[in-house]
Amino acid sequence: MVNDEPRELAAGSTVADLVVTLGLGPRRIAVEVNRDVVPRSSYGATALHDGDAIEIIHFVGGG
Amino acid sequence: MALDDPFVLAGKSYRSRLIVGSGKYTSFEETRRATDAAGAEIITVAVRRVNITDPGKENLLDHLPLDRYTILPNTAGCYTAEDAIRTCRLAREAGIGTLVKLEVIGDEKTLFPDVAATIEAAKILVKEGFQVLPYVTDDPVACKHLEDVGCAAVMPLAAPIGSGLGIRNPYNLRIIVEQSRVPVIVDAGVGTASHASEALELGCDAVLMNTAIAGAKDPILMAEAMRLAVDAGRKAFLAGRIPAKLYATASSPVTGLLR
Repeated sequence: MVNDEPRELAAGSTVADLVVTLGLGPRRIAVEVNRDVVPRSSYGATALHDGDAIEIIHFVGGG
Repeated sequence: MALDDPFVLAGKSYRSRLIVGSGKYTSFEETRRATDAAGAEIITVAVRRVNITDPGKENLLDHLPLDRYTILPNTAGCYTAEDAIRTCRLAREAGIGTLVKLEVIGDEKTLFPDVAATIEAAKILVKEGFQVLPYVTDDPVACKHLEDVGCAAVMPLAAPIGSGLGIRNPYNLRIIVEQSRVPVIVDAGVGTASHASEALELGCDAVLMNTAIAGAKDPILMAEAMRLAVDAGRKAFLAGRIPAKLYATASSPVTGLLR
């Protein structure tokens, strides 16, 4: 699940693969897997599994 | 404002004492123009989910050069310390620094903060290396606690968020200014330029606003008005105003009158 929406990924996909698939590579984003923040440097080493809850955030207008 | 009167926040010097929000604008272009007209160097943003069905959409940060602005992520919409801490951790990982505007809301209708939860969250965030700017009620005791747990500033409200009511309790703000060893930033409730001036005249170090500018009929013009008001208020504070008196004191000489 990515931001509460179901997503199918190839077996063995990592956070880095997901970010590229979504076209978010160069953006200022942050990723959480099962409520743990994933450091940017670990995207490639963080494998995703069936049932993982993934959150991807960015910045929007706010006070 | 002259360079010899910098606003020092979390170890960094700023020329502007006006911090602006980036919400409620009709376009990113309007956000950029208003921020520019305000002369602001610090701009708040909110942390929200990426729309993954349309992830390529334009982003706010495409319009705000990071070499020019300090981006201040907020925890708006968080009702627990846990949610606010989670939001700050994510914001930091997005790579825009460790400065955060901490809000833990306690009531949906007034958007007043949950002060106990704010202090609890601040304590943890400071330990994790964040520079915490907490939104808090205009309560000197709460502000003291937040300073004591290591916040980089305190941000008492002037009035409820988005209300435009102006400074409801100048006496509390004066006490907070007097006691604080960290910067005091009035956050929320400003409606028009005179409110911003008043905050600085009271000795507050800066003002943070969003709706007062973004919600004005002409946000760019209001942004400029706020910039001038903040400068005027700061200068009046530094100049030292005369005491208010009940009776008149003549401005012209009372001697040498025609007889």
